[in-house]
Amino acid sequence: MLTTIIQENTYQDSVTLMVLSNHVSSLEGINKVSIMMGTPANLDIFKSTGFYTEELEAATPQDMCIVVDAETDQTEPLLAAIHDFLNNQTKQDSGDKKEVRSWKAALEELPGANLALLSIPGQYVEYEARKALNQGMSVHIFSDNVPVDVERELKQFADEKGLLVMGPDCGTASLAGIPLAFTNVVQKGRVGIVGASGTGIQEVATLIDRLGGGVSHAIGTGGRDLSTEIGGISMKAGIRALAQDESTDTIVVISKPPAKAVREEIEQLLQQITKPVVAFFVGEHGLAPDNHVVYADTSEETALLALGKSTDERTRVEHIPGEATRIVGLFSGGTLAAETADLLALSFGVEADREHRDGFSFDYEGNVVIDLGDDVYTQGKPHPMIDPSTRIDFINRYCDTNDSIVLLLDNVLGYGSHDNMAGALLPTLQALQTSRPNVHVIVNVCGTEQDPQRYSAQKQLFESAGIFVAESNVAAVEYALRMIGNEVPQFEQKAVPTVASSPQTVESSEAIQQLLRAPKVVNLGLRSFAEAVASEGGQSVQYNWQPTAGGKPHLQRLLALMS
Amino acid sequence: MSIGAMIQEANAKVVQTILEGQPFLTDVVPAHTVIPILKDKVLLHAGPPIAYDDMTGPMKGAAIGAVIFEQWTDDYEEAERMLERGEVTFTPCHHVNAVGPMGGITSGHMPVLVVENRSGSAKAYCTMNEGIGKVMRFGANDAEVISRLHWMKDVLGPVLSKTLQETGDGVNLNVIISKAITMGDEFHQRNIAASVLLLKELAPYLMLADVADTERRDVLQFLADTDQFFLNIMMATCKAVLDEARLHEAGTIVTAMTRNGKEFGIRISGMGDEWFTAPVNMPEGLFFTGYSQDDANPDIGDSAITETYGVGGMAMVAAPGVTRFLGRAGASEAQAISEEMIEICDRHNPNLSIPSWDFQGACVGIDIRKVVETGITPIINTGIAHREPGIGQVGAGTVRAPLACFEKALEAYAEKLGLVQHA
Repeated sequence: MLTTIIQENTYQDSVTLMVLSNHVSSLEGINKVSIMMGTPANLDIFKSTGFYTEELEAATPQDMCIVVDAETDQTEPLLAAIHDFLNNQTKQDSGDKKEVRSWKAALEELPGANLALLSIPGQYVEYEARKALNQGMSVHIFSDNVPVDVERELKQFADEKGLLVMGPDCGTASLAGIPLAFTNVVQKGRVGIVGASGTGIQEVATLIDRLGGGVSHAIGTGGRDLSTEIGGISMKAGIRALAQDESTDTIVVISKPPAKAVREEIEQLLQQITKPVVAFFVGEHGLAPDNHVVYADTSEETALLALGKSTDERTRVEHIPGEATRIVGLFSGGTLAAETADLLALSFGVEADREHRDGFSFDYEGNVVIDLGDDVYTQGKPHPMIDPSTRIDFINRYCDTNDSIVLLLDNVLGYGSHDNMAGALLPTLQALQTSRPNVHVIVNVCGTEQDPQRYSAQKQLFESAGIFVAESNVAAVEYALRMIGNEVPQFEQKAVPTVASSPQTVESSEAIQQLLRAPKVVNLGLRSFAEAVASEGGQSVQYNWQPTAGGKPHLQRLLALMS
Repeated sequence: MSIGAMIQEANAKVVQTILEGQPFLTDVVPAHTVIPILKDKVLLHAGPPIAYDDMTGPMKGAAIGAVIFEQWTDDYEEAERMLERGEVTFTPCHHVNAVGPMGGITSGHMPVLVVENRSGSAKAYCTMNEGIGKVMRFGANDAEVISRLHWMKDVLGPVLSKTLQETGDGVNLNVIISKAITMGDEFHQRNIAASVLLLKELAPYLMLADVADTERRDVLQFLADTDQFFLNIMMATCKAVLDEARLHEAGTIVTAMTRNGKEFGIRISGMGDEWFTAPVNMPEGLFFTGYSQDDANPDIGDSAITETYGVGGMAMVAAPGVTRFLGRAGASEAQAISEEMIEICDRHNPNLSIPSWDFQGACVGIDIRKVVETGITPIINTGIAHREPGIGQVGAGTVRAPLACFEKALEAYAEKLGLVQHA
């Protein structure tokens, strides 16, 4: 049944009426509605679409003509709906921050951008990193799967231009308090960190924060930087940058033991600066101080020394109850696992597992330390800092025993990590308390009060379930060793590093100094990284990156030649 | 000089030529007087070359109508058979300095607008807008359509020709265009401001023209009724300006985009007359009640020459009302579209300052390097024809140019520059 409603002298433009027709055609009880101004051309359309009625003959071009196809009279609800639509045509602005899809637009949106943060597939890193470097921007490469020769070329190119490349596979960094990638929110302070190991930086930085100190910058280099192939290019640039930086008083260097030739260059460079230096080469011990450079044996010592505190100023509770026969460490942080393995190896008088097969950092007489962030466990799965499922599997597997064991866990907080890992692990841990009372759990929470998850809140969650939270990664290992009746490794007391007397002879480029003063970030890839920058008051633009030229290599090559 | 710098320099010249264009509307004449091949049994069509058998409904419908209009037969079925037998030759409008909306079907006795680009020597031709509803460009071809075409040939064309002669110099189109873009026109979906401004320019001379008063009145009424009258003038304008730029024979700037219902074709400055084609996309938008997406013909028409010039969908920010054809509303979304489009263009056009874009100029100079790099393809505002011949317009909306033709053009130009190694 066709019903005709003519609203005289009511003008709406045709687009509005088309939108309106669609809108009200979806009303219940209505098959279809056609609404048009009564012009001769529109009356023809009414005819050709089967909506013409005799009443339309009287319509003029100034009249809004409504023809309804409905089983029953729907005039009243229809007119109400039309009225409602016409009176509420504005749309709420989404208020979204502008996002871009090209370098050009990114630089227009954020003039003076000086850092590109890349979390894109490894095969595209070289192309985009070069673009950034060519535009005078430093680069933070979160992505992995970047060939080592590409890494070397990028770093050499950057070095020639006085720019910095952090990464590849650089999980964490923070410049002037602006968090980059997976990063804790640490109080601002006078300690500058440059490190080749992600959770090594995070553990030291968060300890510094919890000890009442602060960090000026944390520069990541990527895990391969101190290899012979790369030659520590980024580590050296980072050291020079912090040496020059006015907001940094003390420099912390963190890395796995470097290749020999690289180590000599680093040591030489450290001698050329005047600021006190604390160097921590994970797994190396007994290194003698060298003027103003002091070598720490653990992450905890590193934090204490960097704040000018004595290494015996660490805090420990008197005693935690429980006895066990062996230690099972299930870690999300690679360096936290490596340091744990190192301390266990020292205690047992054996070598730590250097092969790292299947993420095993240590495996001796039932004592195991596993890095669940190893590539073996992250193929097609999120990292265990984000997704608890792999760790829950491993907890259930390794605790399915009548042995009395100490279960060591880390909980790494900060931007990028799970927003409540304690809450995610608790059901599993609480079930264990009933089914396996022989399992003693010790957790190290790597985080600060300013982190989105809040250190105290995560600690409280564990403690309310009767789970012990240690003061640091090192403290957690020490408690565990005591529980199995092992010796705790003892390290020599160190003198706090002092300011060098000889004049400083290193210099850092203006571009890198500018970067340290005020990072402005073009974020290619994971949107949450740009959000983290903005949350801490930094400037960033989100570049919704897609592979150039649809990822077609021959077109990419032609574009490179034609640009 | 690096190849990249060489291309950049060439592009700068091409864009400069576009910016320096001086289009004037000078006359309305029978098509065969300026396009000599139309003296024979030839019809022009929109898009890159296509055979009759491959044409979609609206183009076929318009071709049948044109055969009737030219009185090659008075029987519709016979007209169709003549076309099927290949008795009529088809040529793209673009090959004879012309452009045509939707089907683009143009025959010898149809009047065409003449736009001269006085910064050079290019001239371009386009049929006149027939109004809306049942019209030939959308494939309608009944008696009403044919009789309107005859009126346009016998009355509208000659009256406008005499009117334009009275102006002495023709109508300076840059003036109208730069005014109208500040009044909400984007020159593809919306031309009402420019159409009114043109009428304002012509009205005094129309009074002076030596024509019968009834004809004067009918022409004035037609111009007053036809909101999209300026669209076809804009198309000829863009063609005349871009054809001048095409003479550079270097660079990666798009000089034409057009669709024949099957293939989307582009030309680029570095490759002269060569077409690079890919299958057209299906426009999406709003449909008149009674019609739906299922009735839509694939993308068709030479009118994407407006987007090539940097207006139409590229200038959505100037005409936020048109955003509604995307099924969305709002000035912020119109702006987002133009912001996206400027990413694939050489620069802003200072002659076409857009108030709602903080007076930034419209886009100019689509660079295929940027299109291929970003995967952003030009967005085109378009009418939507019914897929069957003889029905006409069923809606309006937007459509994207297919990426593949830009990739092909890039590869071809790279080969011309000797950048492609052969195995």
